[in-house]
This record gives sequence, C-alpha cells and structure tokens, in this order.
Amino acid sequence: MATIGLERVEHTGKRQTFDWPRVRSWLSYALLFLLALAFLYPFLLAVTTSLKTLPEINARPVALIPEVWTFEGYERMQRFNVGRWAFNSAFIAILVTATNVIFAGMAGYALSRIRFPGSNLVFLAILGTMMIPGIVQLIPMFIILKQLNMIDAYSGLIIPKMATAFGVFLMKQFFESLPIEIEEAARIDGANRWQMFFTVGLPLARPAVIALIIFSFQGNWNEFMHPLIVVNTNRDLYTLPLGLALLRGDMGNNLQWNAILAGSMLTTLPMILIYLFFQRYFIEGISYSGVKG
Amino acid sequence: MATGIKQQDRQDTIAGWLFMAPVLIIFGIFLFIPILFALYFSFTDWNGISPPMEANLVGLSNYEALLVQGGIRQQDFFKALKNTSYFALGVVPLQTALALLLAIVVNQRFLRFKSFFRTAYYFPSVTSSIAISLIFLFLYQRSGLVNRILETITFGVWEPIAWMNDARGLIHILLGWFGLTAQSAEWLGNRVLGLTIWDWISGPSMALAGIMLMNTWTTIGTLMVIFLAALQDVPRPVYEAAEMDGANAWTTFWRITLPLLRSTTFFVVTLGLIGTYQVFDQVYVMSAGGPAKTTLTMAFMVYRNGFRNSEMGLGAAIAVLLFIIIFTLTLIQRRITTGNNQ
Repeated sequence: MATIGLERVEHTGKRQTFDWPRVRSWLSYALLFLLALAFLYPFLLAVTTSLKTLPEINARPVALIPEVWTFEGYERMQRFNVGRWAFNSAFIAILVTATNVIFAGMAGYALSRIRFPGSNLVFLAILGTMMIPGIVQLIPMFIILKQLNMIDAYSGLIIPKMATAFGVFLMKQFFESLPIEIEEAARIDGANRWQMFFTVGLPLARPAVIALIIFSFQGNWNEFMHPLIVVNTNRDLYTLPLGLALLRGDMGNNLQWNAILAGSMLTTLPMILIYLFFQRYFIEGISYSGVKG
Repeated sequence: MATGIKQQDRQDTIAGWLFMAPVLIIFGIFLFIPILFALYFSFTDWNGISPPMEANLVGLSNYEALLVQGGIRQQDFFKALKNTSYFALGVVPLQTALALLLAIVVNQRFLRFKSFFRTAYYFPSVTSSIAISLIFLFLYQRSGLVNRILETITFGVWEPIAWMNDARGLIHILLGWFGLTAQSAEWLGNRVLGLTIWDWISGPSMALAGIMLMNTWTTIGTLMVIFLAALQDVPRPVYEAAEMDGANAWTTFWRITLPLLRSTTFFVVTLGLIGTYQVFDQVYVMSAGGPAKTTLTMAFMVYRNGFRNSEMGLGAAIAVLLFIIIFTLTLIQRRITTGNNQ
C-alpha cells in the first residue's frame, strides 16, 4: 500500500529522543483535519451568520458566534414566501424521482432482459443523449415547452424530467449483473413480463433503486437551470434555488445577508440530513453507476 | 413448437417496446425533436417571444456574427470562449489532482477517522450550487473571510479585494510585477478574433478565479469518491509485491497506482471538461458575467443572449457551437489518453 506518512506507528517501548514517524503521522493528521475544516467551515459560518442581525453582520462578518441570536433572517424569508418554495422543491423532487425510478427501471429491465428487435439501437440512442450537455438543451427545451403551453406550469417543471438517460443506464447495468435464474423460475410459474418486473426484478434491484432515488432527489432538489426557463412570471412556482437566485438579483448590492444565508441553509440542510443518514448509499451509488472504468 | 416460439418472440417485441415507451416518449418530445428545432432556429432571427413560425430564415448570419464579423457579438463570443477555457484549464487539472491525492490518502489502511474525512470532503458535493454560490459571495466580500485568511497567512501583505468586482487578469497582474503593460509592445494591441493579444493573455480575472476556486472546492468530493471506488478494485497483493521490491510511496504512485487508474482518470477529466465548459449557476448568482465581462462564460452567454436579450436564434447558434467545442475536446482527450496507452 502506498503510504504518505500514515503508516501505523510501532510502539517499540524504547525511549527515543526524536520519534520521526510519529511526528510525520501527527503532521499528516493535522493537515487532513485542516482540510476537513476548509470543507466544513463555510457552512458553519453561514449557519451562524443566518442567525445574526444585519448590523452585526456588517460590523463583524467573520465572527463565528453571534453576539445577539435572532431569527430575523428566517422571518424575512418567511415573508418572501419561502415555505411555498420549499413545498414546490419537495413536491417536484419527489414526483420526478418516483416516476424516474419506475420508468428507468422498466427501460433498464427491457434492455437487459427482453430480446426485441431495435433494442440495441434504442440503447445507443439513449446513451447518445448523455453526450448532449444540459446547457445545449436549454433553448430547445424552452421552444418545446412554449409550443406545448407548459411555461409557468407544474407540468413543465415535472414532465420533462421524468426520464433520464443516466437512470436507464444505471438500471440496465444493474439488471445485467443479476443472475437470471430467479426470474426464469417466476416465468415458469406463469408470471407475465409485467408481474416479473414488479414482483421479482425491481425488488432484486433494490441497491440500484436506492442509488437512483438518492441521485435523482439530490439532482432535482438542487436543480436551477430548468425552473429558471420554465417559470417566467408565476411566483407561486418558485423552487428554493430559483427563488433564492432571483431574490439575490432583486436585492442587487444591498444584500440582506441574514435572509440570503437563511434561505441557503433551508436549501442545504434537508440535503445534508439525507446525506448523513444515507451516506453509505451515496458512496455505493457512485460505484454502481459503472464509472469504475 | 415453432409457432410457440414465434408467438413468444412477438410477445417479447410488444413487451419490450411497451416497457421502453415512457422513456422514449419523454425523450422524443423533450429532447430529440427540440434539438432539431433548436438547430433550425439557429438559422433564424427568432426573438423567443413572437410565434416561432413567424421567424425569418437568415442563413448563416448568426454564425457569421459570432465567428467572423467584427463587432460586439464576435467580441463577446471569443471573450466567453477565452474565459471558459481559462476556467477549464485551471479547474480540471487542479480538481483531478487533488481528488486523486485525497482518495489515496483516505484509502490508507491504517488511517483513523477515515469515515469522518470522507464525509467532510464529500460534504459540499451534495448541496445546491445556488446556496453554495451565495455562501461564497458572502465569503468573497472585501471584509469577508477569504481576505481575512489571506491577510493572516501573508502577515498583512495581502490587500483585501472585492473579489467579485475585480476584473484584473491573473496573468496581467503577474506581468505587471515585471513592469509589463498593454503598452509594452506594439503588437500586443493587434486584434485576433475580436480581442487584442493583450486581452487574450489576461488569464482569468480575480472574479473568475474566485468562482474557479469555489468550483474546485465543490467538485473534489465527487471525484474523490470515483477515484476511491477504482482504488478499492486494485488488488492488495499488487501493492504488497511492490513493497517487497522496495518501492517507496512515490514510485508506487507513479508506477502502479496511476497506470492502473488510467481509465478512471480519463473519465474524471472528461467529466471535468464537460462540467467546466457548462459553468452557469455560479456565474448567474455571483457575477452575472461581470465585472467587465470577465466572468461571461459560454453557457451564460447562451442564456443572456437567448432569454435576456431576446435573441433566441443567436443563442441557439451559440449553443450549437458550444456543443461542437465540448464534443471535440472529449474526442481530442480520448485520442491523447488512448495514444499514450500504446
């Protein structure tokens, strides 16, 4: 194993004047903790700043602990209708995730288990869409949503997101790694394709389903570009990221930092909680997606 | 028997297409058809507001305005290309190297607090780009945390700057230390593709550099986990053999780890290129393309021209060009990586 100063320090019992391996080990840990701090501190400072008064933020923008604790920032956000934004974000993310998992599961199952003419071509076409960068889809998406009258509507926020190439790819890869025998047994019992998929295939694919749920929820909860083009004038359709970004634009150079950071925390915290609870699946999910190379 | 198989085949064909139907319908309506539309609209003068079918076909004039005709559009396009390229050139190598380093460190067998470190480093990857951009906007103020830290570690030499309002290019600043300015040589004022040579070599502005650092900070975690997954596939005996042969950490890394991670590294660099050439959310929130258009990226220009300036046709043309650029870069990168392999 390649080691960078972190090998276990052997205790020889002998008293040494200068224990170089131990010093090196301590230094490495100090560096790793410092780095961890660099990743966590911005969030920490943002949490406490969201609980400060505006004058205090201007006077001491770097201080971690507020002199006066206040929910002023959160109350401001309340008046900007942040509750509605949060509802929209959750509603859209949940609906999109549920449909995405089922549709991607069905497609992945068909591509790996059912032999039908054209399946290879279909798979290549779906894989090909992964090559099209999201930003390139911005204007095409706007054009079609406008034609279908789905601008400023929940349908425009939800329906286009219900299928992803990534999801199909992930599910297909996973089904291919499963032994086919269990399904064959179900087939002999007279189950049709639909029953086989729902009662045997999908439950067996549980790890991939969980990974897809997490990725899909995370992606849609944090999504900004899509709502930005779908929502034009209807403020009731704002999601958390969209509402926050537009609020920042409205405030220009006079940002009410406690409100802005309060909004950021409301956007961030649910995702962080999900991450802390389901950490294992985040890491596993990345390895399921076949990116090991 | 034969008819049985045939019937089975027909049933499978129907089932297969039925199972594919939801995905295919959504992709067809919201992806395949619209992309053809967009390609068509890149040859029109559509403004995004009037009925699309009333738009006039204008041939290649959108592309000409962006690429060859002297003027503000050409200047903006190449400014955006320059900014985005500096962005990618800075961020991709940095985040790839750091992610790999962290993955190797966190993968150590005897490391304590392993899961804490992994959790901490992956932390920013799960959160909203908008929320993170707002937090960093706060940290990048003149009186903010970033300036304060730089002041402390340089013992007061660092002069606090308002990062997001600072249009000075990094390379310009460096050249300035050696007394070089735009006036140092006549040819620096020559225009190539809409910009002066001096402009081309500006490097990223301080504002763009700020966004680059933040972007690196948020992406490292994801890339680290990808490298970790690959590292765990490397059989331990390989390392043990190297150790027995007396290889040190340095040789082991260059001779064993890196070659074994070649395809993962290719994947991570490709992911990085595709991501950096599309940087949008951060720019939208933190700088909106300013100051002095030094954070105008290709992706932001698509949005700005299409939606804000009501030049949907021109915006579509920029998007098409951006697609070609990303596609070409991926191909070149693939050629380089496989070329080295032989």
